[in-house]
Amino acid sequence: MTEASLTGANASTEVPLKRRLRRAERTRQVKALALVLPLLVFLLFTFAGPIAGMLWRAVDDREVRQVLPQTVAALASWDGKDLPDEETFAALASDILAARTSGTIAIAAKRLNYALNGFRTILTSTARNLKAAPERGTAKETLGKINPAWRERATWTTIRDASGPVTGFYLLAALDLVRNVDGAIVAAPPDQAIYRSLFTRTFIISLSVTALCLILGFPVAYLLATLPPGRSNLLMIFVLLPFWTSLLVRTCAWIVLLQSKGVVNDSLHWLGIIDEPLRLIYNRFGVCVAMTHVLLPFMILPLYSSMKAISPAYMRAAASLGAPPVTAFLRIYLPQTLPGIGAGSLLVFILALGYYITPALVGGAADQMISYFIALYTTETANWGLASALGAVLLLATLLLALVYGKLVQGQQVTGGMKN
Amino acid sequence: MEAGMVTPAPALVRFSGIQKTYDGEHLVVKNLDLDIRKGEFITLLGPSGSGKTTTLMMLAGFEVPTHGEIYLAGRPIKNMPPHKRDIGMVFQNYALFPHLTIAENIAFPLSVRKTNKADVQERVGSALRMIKMENLAHRRPGQLSGGQQQRVALARALVFNPQLVLMDEPLGALDKRLREQMQLEIKQLHETMGITVVYVTHDQSEALTMSDRIAVFNDGIVQQIDKPDALYEHPVNSFVAHFIGENNVLAGTVETVDKDYCRVALAGGGTVTARAVNVSGAGASTSLSVRPERIAIVPEGTSSDGPNRLPAKVQNTIYLGDHALAVLDVSGNAEFMVKLQPGAHDSLTHGANVSVTFRPEDCLALDPV
Ligand SMILES: Nc1ncnc2c1ncn2[C@@H]1O[C@H](COP(=O)(O)OP(=O)(O)OP(=O)(O)O)[C@@H](O)[C@H]1O
Ligand SMILES: [Mg+2]
Repeated sequence: MTEASLTGANASTEVPLKRRLRRAERTRQVKALALVLPLLVFLLFTFAGPIAGMLWRAVDDREVRQVLPQTVAALASWDGKDLPDEETFAALASDILAARTSGTIAIAAKRLNYALNGFRTILTSTARNLKAAPERGTAKETLGKINPAWRERATWTTIRDASGPVTGFYLLAALDLVRNVDGAIVAAPPDQAIYRSLFTRTFIISLSVTALCLILGFPVAYLLATLPPGRSNLLMIFVLLPFWTSLLVRTCAWIVLLQSKGVVNDSLHWLGIIDEPLRLIYNRFGVCVAMTHVLLPFMILPLYSSMKAISPAYMRAAASLGAPPVTAFLRIYLPQTLPGIGAGSLLVFILALGYYITPALVGGAADQMISYFIALYTTETANWGLASALGAVLLLATLLLALVYGKLVQGQQVTGGMKN
Repeated sequence: MEAGMVTPAPALVRFSGIQKTYDGEHLVVKNLDLDIRKGEFITLLGPSGSGKTTTLMMLAGFEVPTHGEIYLAGRPIKNMPPHKRDIGMVFQNYALFPHLTIAENIAFPLSVRKTNKADVQERVGSALRMIKMENLAHRRPGQLSGGQQQRVALARALVFNPQLVLMDEPLGALDKRLREQMQLEIKQLHETMGITVVYVTHDQSEALTMSDRIAVFNDGIVQQIDKPDALYEHPVNSFVAHFIGENNVLAGTVETVDKDYCRVALAGGGTVTARAVNVSGAGASTSLSVRPERIAIVPEGTSSDGPNRLPAKVQNTIYLGDHALAVLDVSGNAEFMVKLQPGAHDSLTHGANVSVTFRPEDCLALDPV
C-alpha cells in the first residue's frame, strides 16, 4: 500500500524529486571527497605521478631524434622502398660528426641497438672512421665503404622507426612483437621472444599462490570467525605475526628450512622417508611456498571479515529447515563468503603479480617473474623503455582483472541491508 | 495445573527430567518435565534469562540437554541432528538468507528435500499467497520491512509442513500495532493448518492472546503450565500471580486455616479472609494477591457485609481512556491499584480516606515474596 502511494507521488513530481535527491547526494559526495582529499593529493604525487611517468617512458622515443636530427628530418620523406637518397646520407654524416664532437653517439647507438643487434658497432665504427664531412655527392659511397651495413635497407628503416617522438617499439617488444622492414607487425624471432612466456609464468605462479592461499586460508579464517574471542585473538596474532617480521628475513628463513641440508630435508632423512635430499628450493616449489607464506594474511583477513558478518543464525536456520551440514555450508555459508573470497584472491593475485624479492631469492632461473626483468632493465641495462613497457602491460592486465572483479561484485551488491 | 490435562491427547513432544547447564556450575534449566500435545499452541513465557530460548534450542537440536531426554512423537531425539528433526523454526531476527530472494528462501526447505521443481513452485506460490507477498517474490530480504521479513520467515518455516513449529520471540522487533496484527495472523495460521506451535515470549499479553496453554518459566523452573484463564484466575504462586496481569500484594501472617480459606493478619494492620492456595499452615507468613478489577472502593463509614474491608487513603488517580486507576495506600502498600469505570475517578479526592472491599475468593494467599 505504501508502495502504491509512493509511486503515485513520484509520477506527478518526478523531476524535482530526482533533482532534490541528486542535490542531497552531492553534498554528501563533497563531504566524502573533502575527507579523502589529503590522501588523494599524497597519492597523486607518490603514485599517480610516477605511474604516468612510467607509462610515458614506455612510448617515449626521443634519443635518436636528438642525436641525429638532420637524418631524422631527411628520412621523413623517404618512401622506404629503396635506399634513401644522397641527401639523407649526407645528413647522417653531418649528424655523426656533430655527435662525435658532443659525445652523444653512444646514446643513439644504445637505442638503435635495441631494435637491431649490432647497430652499436655500425654507428661507432662509422663515427671512428669518418674523418671529415664527405665531398658533395659522395656521402653514400663513403659511408658504404666505411660500413657496408649502410647499403642495407634494414639499417635505415631502423633509424626511421626509432625517430620518435613516440614509439610502439617497447610495447610491441613486451608482447614479443616487432615491426619488420616493411613496417608490418610480426612475431619476434624465437630467441628474443621471451616476454609472453614470462607473463604466462608470472600469471601461473600468481594463480598457484592465490589458490594455495585460498585453500590454506579459508579454514583458518573460519576458525578465527567462529572461535570464542579469547582464542580467536590469539590465533589472529599468529596470523598477523608475519607482518611484524621483514620480508627478507622470512624469505631467508625459508632458505634455511628448505635447502638441501636444511631442516626439512634433514628431518625427512632422519625419519628414513628419503635417502637423497629433495630439491625444495631454487625451483617453482620453493617460490610457491615462500610466496604463499608471505601473502597468506592478505587472504585470511578479507575472508575473516566476510565470515565475521555471517550470523550463526543462518546456519541454524538452514539446519532447522532440513539442510545437512554440507548442504548448509555450500548453499548458505559459502555464497556469503564470496565477496571475501573475491577480495582476498584479487589482493593476493595482484600482490603476487608484482613479487620480486622472494622469487629472486628462492627461485631458480626458470622461476623469475616479470618484475625481476623490470628490475633488471631499470637497474642493470638502463633500458627504461622496455622496463616501462613491461610494467605498463602488467598494469593493464591487473586493471582488467580489477574491473572484472568489480563487475562481479556489483552483481552481489543487492544482498546488503542484513537485518541480523 | 492438572486442569489443563483433563483431555489427554498423545504427547507430540515430551521433555523428561531435562536439565541444562552451560558452565557446569549452575543450571539454566532445572528439571523440566513438559508434554506438548499435537495441534497445540503452547507458549513458554518468562522473564529474561529464565531459560526459554535454551529449552527451545534443546528441542530444535542446537543445544544438548545435560541430563534427561526429549521425545518427539515417542522417539528419543537427544542424538538426532537438527536437520533430521523435521521441526520448523522462526528466529527472533528471522535469519532469512540474505543472498537468496524471497522465493528462493521459501523454496530452500523444499529443495534440500529434493522435492521436484513443479511441486516446489506450486508450494512456494501458495506460501507467498498465504502471506500476501506474491509481488515481492524476487526481492531480497534486505529490501523488505521488518514485518514483511517476519512473514517470509513464517512461510519458510511452514512450507515443508513440519510436525512442529518453534518460534523464538518472532515479533520482538516489531512495533505494537504490527505485533498485534501478526499475533492474529499467526494464530489464524495455527488454526487453519492444525500445526503444533511452541512459542517463546516474555510478553504476557502476547502469551494470553495466542496460547492454548502457557508454561510460565522462572529461574530455569516451570512454575505453572495452564490455560491462559486458569493462569490468571488460579496462579499457584506469587511469581505467576505477579507475572500474569496486574496484581496487588499485601504481606501478612496466617492465623487460622479452615479448609480452602484462611484468616490472615496483615503486617500493616487489619485481618482478611483469603483463599488458601499456597500456605503451609497457621503461623506461616504469606503474601496476598488481589487483582485490581476485583476491588471496590466504598466511602468511609458506610457499612458493608463482606469480611474483607480495609481502610485506604487515596494517593492518586490515573485516567487511561477505557478505564481509570486509583492508587491507594492500603495496609502499608502505597501502590495498591484499583480499577475503576472511567469517570468514577472524579469523585475521589487526593488524600481522602476511603475503604476497599473484596471477596474472599478474589484474594489469594500465596507463598511470601
Ligand atoms: N551459549 C550460552 N553460554 C552460556 N550461557 C548461556 C548461553 N546461552 C544462554 N546462557 C545463559 O542461560 C540463561 C538462560 O538463557 P536463555 O537464552 O535461555 O534465556 P531466555 O529465557 O531465552 O531469555 P530472553 O527472554 O532474554 O531471551 C541465561 O542466564 C544466559 O546467560
Ligand atoms: Mg531468548
